[in-house]
Formats: sequence, structure tokens, C-alpha cells
Amino acid sequence: MIVNHAWRCLRGVLMREALRFVHQRERFAAALVRPLIWLLVFAAGFRAALGVSIIPPYETYIPYEVYIAPGLVAMIQLFNGMQSSLSMVYDREMGSMRTLLVSPLPRWYLLVCKLLAGTFVSILQVYAFLLIAALFGITMPTIGYAWVLPALIVCGLMLGSIAMLLSSVIKQLENFAGIMNFVIFPMFFLSSALYPLWKMRESSNLLYQICVLNPFTHATELVRFALYGQFNTAAAVVVAVVLIVFMSLAVYAYNPARGMVSRKGAPTN
Amino acid sequence: MSVNRESAALEVSGLSFDFGANPALVDVGFSVDAGRFKVLLGPNGAGKTTLFSLITRLFDSSAGCIKVNGADLRKDSLKALARMGVVFQAPTLDLDLSVRQNLMYHAALHGMDKVDALDQMEEELARLEMAERSDEKIRQLNGGHRRRVEIARALMHRPRLLLLDEPTVGLDVPTRFDIVEHVHRLVRDDGIAVLWATHLIDEIYDDDEVIILHQGRVRADGTRSEVVATTGMDSISGAFDVLTRGSAE
Repeated sequence: MIVNHAWRCLRGVLMREALRFVHQRERFAAALVRPLIWLLVFAAGFRAALGVSIIPPYETYIPYEVYIAPGLVAMIQLFNGMQSSLSMVYDREMGSMRTLLVSPLPRWYLLVCKLLAGTFVSILQVYAFLLIAALFGITMPTIGYAWVLPALIVCGLMLGSIAMLLSSVIKQLENFAGIMNFVIFPMFFLSSALYPLWKMRESSNLLYQICVLNPFTHATELVRFALYGQFNTAAAVVVAVVLIVFMSLAVYAYNPARGMVSRKGAPTN
Repeated sequence: MSVNRESAALEVSGLSFDFGANPALVDVGFSVDAGRFKVLLGPNGAGKTTLFSLITRLFDSSAGCIKVNGADLRKDSLKALARMGVVFQAPTLDLDLSVRQNLMYHAALHGMDKVDALDQMEEELARLEMAERSDEKIRQLNGGHRRRVEIARALMHRPRLLLLDEPTVGLDVPTRFDIVEHVHRLVRDDGIAVLWATHLIDEIYDDDEVIILHQGRVRADGTRSEVVATTGMDSISGAFDVLTRGSAE
């Protein structure tokens, strides 16, 4: 009975997210335009300036746009995760999050459904991006397009759970601009998405160490290796641990008995 | 203040809650029986929405107890939540989805199968004269129709207790009275229990029960005439003024 209920709930949450995604074409376009500009404009400009030597998983010299494509895939998931965080703050302010949270299922399960739904949308965006990239000649081995799916699921969940924890501590919607400046940009730039870490080490050891500690670096590497049909164990372990830690904290934060949400923001009457 | 009633659709006893140093509710207790319409009356800031947040388990308090049809909200929260329908003060519909999609989403959250959900949706929308609008997006509906959809949605899983937090705020007078009458009809015809929070006295019927909440405390609880009688005034409006004047300490 509960299994049936849980399945119907998950299907309902995924369906809602998919319908919202279909209705918000601008959001879809924006999600694609951002990485495509990086790929087709930024990378084109920098390919001459930056040389990328042979490092795993690559077996030959690669053009810069090929190097940053996996990082841009991870960036799509990062932005999508943060946008779900935005939508959860919005939902909480506007009320529709309440509809979910008063459903008769364990709260942790409802939050996992929400994370899976956000991840599902990010995967649609990623495949659309990879398709357009392929049209411009930036391709991966065919097997990589299948191998990357499980990596996208765990990375999407990890970034989504970080965002979910943030959404529980952001009191108001306006604070999201701060998230852009203090979370998204540092996570993206202090990672291996745009440049290999050994390059970063050449310029600053401190920045290199920060990059190594950044979970987004490991999400990027997990995606990069998967796109070439390889499994990066170290990255997978880091992503899995960060996922478990942040998801637990997010569930804790949304627990009405102990969490932070209940004591914040007294209702208006 | 505490109550102990096995037959109550909603039973609240000894409930207290604070936001840090500010007490929002102090030893609140009352019950709502099946087939009764109970009005939770209080000025802005009285604690009505906090009370609703506790009953719907958005917040939790270690002080006090809430039971829904006998199910303890803390120990048996899933059973308790399954038996209640909620219309929140803030609109909670997805504006870009249709009426049908919003209702089916709710049905999925409550684990209803598709056939049952479609039947129930048709029935609830027909009762609200909204059946022909099921494919319209919420964005296309006016405020009154949106509220009706929220009420239909809250009834989709056939709850025995319906909670409505100031559901008529921002609506014009005829729409307001239509909605008030519809919910009273649900109580009369289906025997569900209703807790209706408001600060608008003209929404109270003669045979409704009334709780007056002021500064987080229950100041009066009984039928409309009992509440009026305790204050020696000649109307509920006069009683409300007396009971919400000054400090509730």
C-alpha cells in the first residue's frame, strides 16, 4: 500500500516538474544559452590562448571546447540545482511547497522526490545541450552518452541537495542574488570545469587546494570520465559522500520538530 | 486549557509555541466534532496561521498534543495528515498548470489511483460549478475560482477534517459568501468537520461554533450564542471587541 502510494507520489512530482518545464520555455532556453555561449564563444576565443595537454580521460590533444564541455554539463546541473533552490524558496513563500510537505508520506521521501524531479529536468537540459554541441562537432564517444546518465543522476542529486539545504536557510527570495555571487560563481570558477587543476596549481597552490576541496570539481570529473566511458572512483566517492551529508542535513533542516525552518520567519498572523 | 474527546475530528490540547522569545501560542486547547463548522476568530497577529502551521505539521511543538480523528499528529503523523484537507491562506496552486493537472498532482501526493482521482475530481468540480473549466490554466481564473479549485483540491482525498486559513481574503463580497455557504453545505451534507480561520465576523452562521484567539490564547470557545453570553454583549461583534481588547494575559 505504502509502496504504491510512494510510487504514485514520485510519479506525480516528476510529472508536475515536467509540465512546469514544458510551460517554462524561457527557463529551458536560458538553461541552454548560458553553456552554449561558454562553449561556442568563450571556448572559441580561448582555444588559441590555452593549450590543454594530454590528461586522463583524454588520449590525445584536445581542443579547448572539448575540454570544457563536461564542465558545462556540470554547470547546467549546478544552475538547475540552484534554480530548484530558488523555486523552493519561492514555493515556500508562495505556499506550494506546503502542499507537498503536508502530504501523508515521510518528509525525507517527499524531499527526495523533489530532488529527483529537479535532477530529471537537469538531465533533459544536459542532453539537449550535448545534442547541440554535437551539431557543432563537439562529440564524445557514443558509449559516453549512455555512461554519463548515472553520473548525471548522482551529480544532479548532490548539487540539488546542496541547493535544498541552502533553500532551508535562505529566509527570503531576495537573498538568492547572494547565492549567485557566493555559491554558484565560486563553485564554478574554483573547479576543474574551465581549466585542468594542474594549470591552476601552476598559478596558485592555494587556489588549487580550494579547487580540490570543491565538490563541484568532483562532479565535473565524474561527468567528464563518464562521457568517455570511464569511471572516476575518487570523484564518485566524493560525490556520493557529499550527496549523503547534504541530503541528510536538508532533511534535518526541513524536519518540523528539529529543523531550522520552523523557527524562522514567523507567519504574518 | 485542555480537552479529551475521543469523537473529535480535531483535538488540540495544551499547545504552546514560540518564535524565540516571543510566545505565539500559549496553552491552546479546543476540539472540532464531525459535522461541525468551527470558526477560529482572531485579529491579525492572534496566532491563527501559527496554529494552522502546527496542525498541518509544518511546524512542530513539543508542548501539547494534536489529534486528527484520534491519530496523534506527532506519533502517527501520516495517518493524521491523510485525514485532513487544507486550504492555506496563501494561494498554493501552480499557475501554469490546468485545474485538472493541479488536482491530479494533489491526488498523486495522496496516493490515489487515477480512476478514483478522476471520479473524485469530477464530483468536486461539479459541486463548485467548475466542471467545464477543468482544462483551463489557473492563471486564466479569477481569485474566487482559484479559491474554489483549492477547496476542491483539499477535498480530493475525502478528508474528515477541512482546515481553511482565511480563505476569503481578497475576494469580493458575493464570492466570499458563495464560498462560505459552500463550505457550510459540505458540513451539513457530508458531515465533515471544518476549522475556518477568519477575522471577518460576517462569515459566522448562527449555529457555528466559535473560538476567539487573542495574543496566542483562547479567550472563548463555544457556540456563537454561548460566546456572546459570556461577555454580556448582544452580538458576536461586541463579544469579539470585548475579548480582544488589551492584553490576553
